[in-house]
Amino acid sequence: MLLWVAVGFAQDRPDRSRPPALGPAPQLNLPPIQKRMLSNGLPVWVIETHKVPLVQANLVVFAGSGDDPAGKFGVGSMTASMLDEGAGSRSALEIADAFEFLGANLTTGSNFDASVVRMNVPVPRLGDALPLMADVALRPTFPQQDLDRLRQERLTALLQARDDPQAIAPRAFQRIVYGATHRYGTSAQGTEGTLKALTSGDVRAFHDSFYQPSNATIVLVGDIRTDDVVPMLEQSFGGWKNVGPVRRVTVPTAPQLTQGQIYLVDKPGAAQSVIQIGWVGVPRSTPDYYRIQVTNTILGGSFSSRLNQNLREEHGYAYGARSVFDMRMSAGPFIAAAGVQTDKTADALREFFKELNAIRATAVSDAELTRAKNYIALGLPGQFETSGDLSQQIEDLIVYKLSDDYYQRYVPEIQKVTAADLLKTAATYIQPAKFAVVIVGDRKVIEAGIRALNLEPVRVMTVDEALGS
Amino acid sequence: MKVRLGLLLLVVLSFPLSAQQNPRSPIPDPQSPLEVPYRQFTLANGLNVILHQDRSAPVVAVNMWYHVGSANERPGRTGFAHLFEHLMFEGSGHVKEGEFDTLLESAGGDNNGSTENDRTNYIIDVPANALELALFLESDRMGYLLDTMSPDRVNGQRDVVKNERRQSYENRPYGMAGLALDEMLWPEGHPYHWPTIGSMEDLTAASYEDVVAFFKKYYVPNNASLVIAGDIDLDRAQALVQKWFGEIPRGAAVEPVAPPAAVLTSVKRHILTDRVELPRLYLGWLTPRIYAPADASLDVVSYILARGKNSRLYKRLVYDTQMAQEVFAVQQGTALGGSFLIVATARPGTQMADIQKVIDEEIDRMRREPPEERELQRAKNQIEASFYRQMERVGGFRGKAEQLNAYFDFAGGDPDYFAEDLARYTSLSASDIRAAVLQWLPADRRVELVVEPEKKQ
Repeated sequence: MLLWVAVGFAQDRPDRSRPPALGPAPQLNLPPIQKRMLSNGLPVWVIETHKVPLVQANLVVFAGSGDDPAGKFGVGSMTASMLDEGAGSRSALEIADAFEFLGANLTTGSNFDASVVRMNVPVPRLGDALPLMADVALRPTFPQQDLDRLRQERLTALLQARDDPQAIAPRAFQRIVYGATHRYGTSAQGTEGTLKALTSGDVRAFHDSFYQPSNATIVLVGDIRTDDVVPMLEQSFGGWKNVGPVRRVTVPTAPQLTQGQIYLVDKPGAAQSVIQIGWVGVPRSTPDYYRIQVTNTILGGSFSSRLNQNLREEHGYAYGARSVFDMRMSAGPFIAAAGVQTDKTADALREFFKELNAIRATAVSDAELTRAKNYIALGLPGQFETSGDLSQQIEDLIVYKLSDDYYQRYVPEIQKVTAADLLKTAATYIQPAKFAVVIVGDRKVIEAGIRALNLEPVRVMTVDEALGS
Repeated sequence: MKVRLGLLLLVVLSFPLSAQQNPRSPIPDPQSPLEVPYRQFTLANGLNVILHQDRSAPVVAVNMWYHVGSANERPGRTGFAHLFEHLMFEGSGHVKEGEFDTLLESAGGDNNGSTENDRTNYIIDVPANALELALFLESDRMGYLLDTMSPDRVNGQRDVVKNERRQSYENRPYGMAGLALDEMLWPEGHPYHWPTIGSMEDLTAASYEDVVAFFKKYYVPNNASLVIAGDIDLDRAQALVQKWFGEIPRGAAVEPVAPPAAVLTSVKRHILTDRVELPRLYLGWLTPRIYAPADASLDVVSYILARGKNSRLYKRLVYDTQMAQEVFAVQQGTALGGSFLIVATARPGTQMADIQKVIDEEIDRMRREPPEERELQRAKNQIEASFYRQMERVGGFRGKAEQLNAYFDFAGGDPDYFAEDLARYTSLSASDIRAAVLQWLPADRRVELVVEPEKKQ
């Protein structure tokens, strides 16, 4: 160390006139996916990583909130939540105790497209934990008292959502863009009315219909060997039987908005206005996937994106601004969003529309295009660091039926995108004149300014209307 | 979406590992996978450097800690350390405004920062080929921040930080409770009395001159610690650190903050109103600092009280009686002392006094008798496994790079404190847990804060 210090005094100053050149970017080097099948036909995907003595085991079931029957919005989500509230011979408390004692993390959940039981467990405890996991996924008992307890928790959470402009705004937005009858117009957990009407029979029927080996895949990632774990899986999941054909619900493509509209939800005394702007976006299967990702990265998908630079860095109206295409099996929403200080609400809206219009009016510069493409493409290896990260990337392949070499092809596909592609993409998918705008804020302070913009007719929406009944 | 957070609560990361024979440990025979070998050296200018090689993914985490936080502020300038953190991203002598982000994004990298009571950290996560770019940027703002600083730049981030305060505190349900709680727990004049985010008045008062003085005093290499972890060659990384940081001059030594120990001598009660539907109770105690012996015991107490369905408070309040919507407990060990919190939100129709009575009964039970063996072992097993989960990531706010710096700064100077940290937990007996509750969670010296719904008009 003394020698080192001496060298330190003698050094020249480094050349700071330009940033140091980057060497060649590392490639994403995914370990191979090993595919097997259990005797009942349940596909098994294994990725061996040898890093930390943990294994991630995810059972993906092809049914989510999109499969909720009309009038029973929330049943798919409740089914997933109820899985570990009583299963096999164990009560909710016994299940929790057993997993925790093994040092295992078990979560159950769903989105619009799939339900997943995820378990992270030390490798030496995998043999103890898999039968428990199988009980939870395959043999839930759906006790009435536990359903009533979760129902009450969710109803209370819905009551608490009224406190929070950040919770009200997305619910109002989806209701306006999709309407009350389309599944995407109501949150995955449902409304007060559907929650109250939900029975254990509904939950059991959802489980019976969709939780079948022909409608599921199990993914294991971690410090394991495929040949060791397949027999263990066979023991826990191999006896799972199909009970009948699976009929998934196809969520219809929602009709697109045809004219602009602004909705104001009053939140007296709010320090910020929470703004959401957008319309019906695209499904995950869109052929324009890569072009849309690059377009959105430039618009509002990174720190240097136009929306964030404008609303945060240039004007200081917000802590941050962003946009996202929420892609699902059917077309999910495109949303541009920010929380902005109350007295700058109208100014912020004007800047939002300025950026939304600009991205479709003028071709992006080479520098901006290259930056966005590199941010997405070169950052890819960082998305695969942990067994949990890796398993969820694999879930996407499974749920959206992407090709096995999807992640190998990802970088060249992104790099192919041109400035001309972006103009076309923005012209198609970003049409601000037809967008819905939701603003949750202090009406008496912000209404006049918003009306003075003369953007669209301004309507007032109550919190009750936003949350649905 | 990247945010730059002023974290109000330092939630303790339990980071223990298995190093001794424990037949009921979830990982009974570790092949030493949790060892974190490192190389440490100090530049002539005093910059402490810790290198750790992990080639399992082609990524590198560059994690810089400055040993300055809101505890170094003075009344009248609260929130300044955090406002300053924002300015560190706005460009420096050889990096134009905006370029800090655009250069990193062009390389596929991400960056962030956060300010707490005792430290400010800066995180750059990049693909392995961009290590030198990250060091160029990190060193430029250490050496040349003031070359391009201006009152305009301060004003710009002042507005952003005020919006951060609005978004994360004022406009968030119960968002002001944490600030009130710190004011009650820590006496006037103690540096934890004021919030990291600061007051609006003090943010307004912060000046360009304050920025210059703060930078010269605290942002010197001898007040910083740099961890580089990930897919690196150790010799090359060391040479690059020397190349980019070696020229930066040492500054004056920074005096540590050393306030008198804070004590509570009675029960302090306060009621706050907020625009919320349901009342929430906060109970708070002053407890030992991070890595002090009872810090681990109190961590385990938080598991036994409120982690998982079988934990005592969750089971009684949320599962059985359903008086509460949620209950939460945490030991927050920070450098100058700790605090233990229990937080419960009442269901509609439940009286807060009834919830408090249950909490007091359960704490009292822990004072009278040690926990059951299975409760203790369940907590230890969860803690042990959570440690391994942390070992999978080098970067971000929860990766190994951050933990190496945390151990170096707060655990007595040894970055590879992982095994010792584990031993703090595995060595605990049931009577240790009872002793910690008896000593540190007394009924007559604590803070009781209730957030009540505003009366409807």
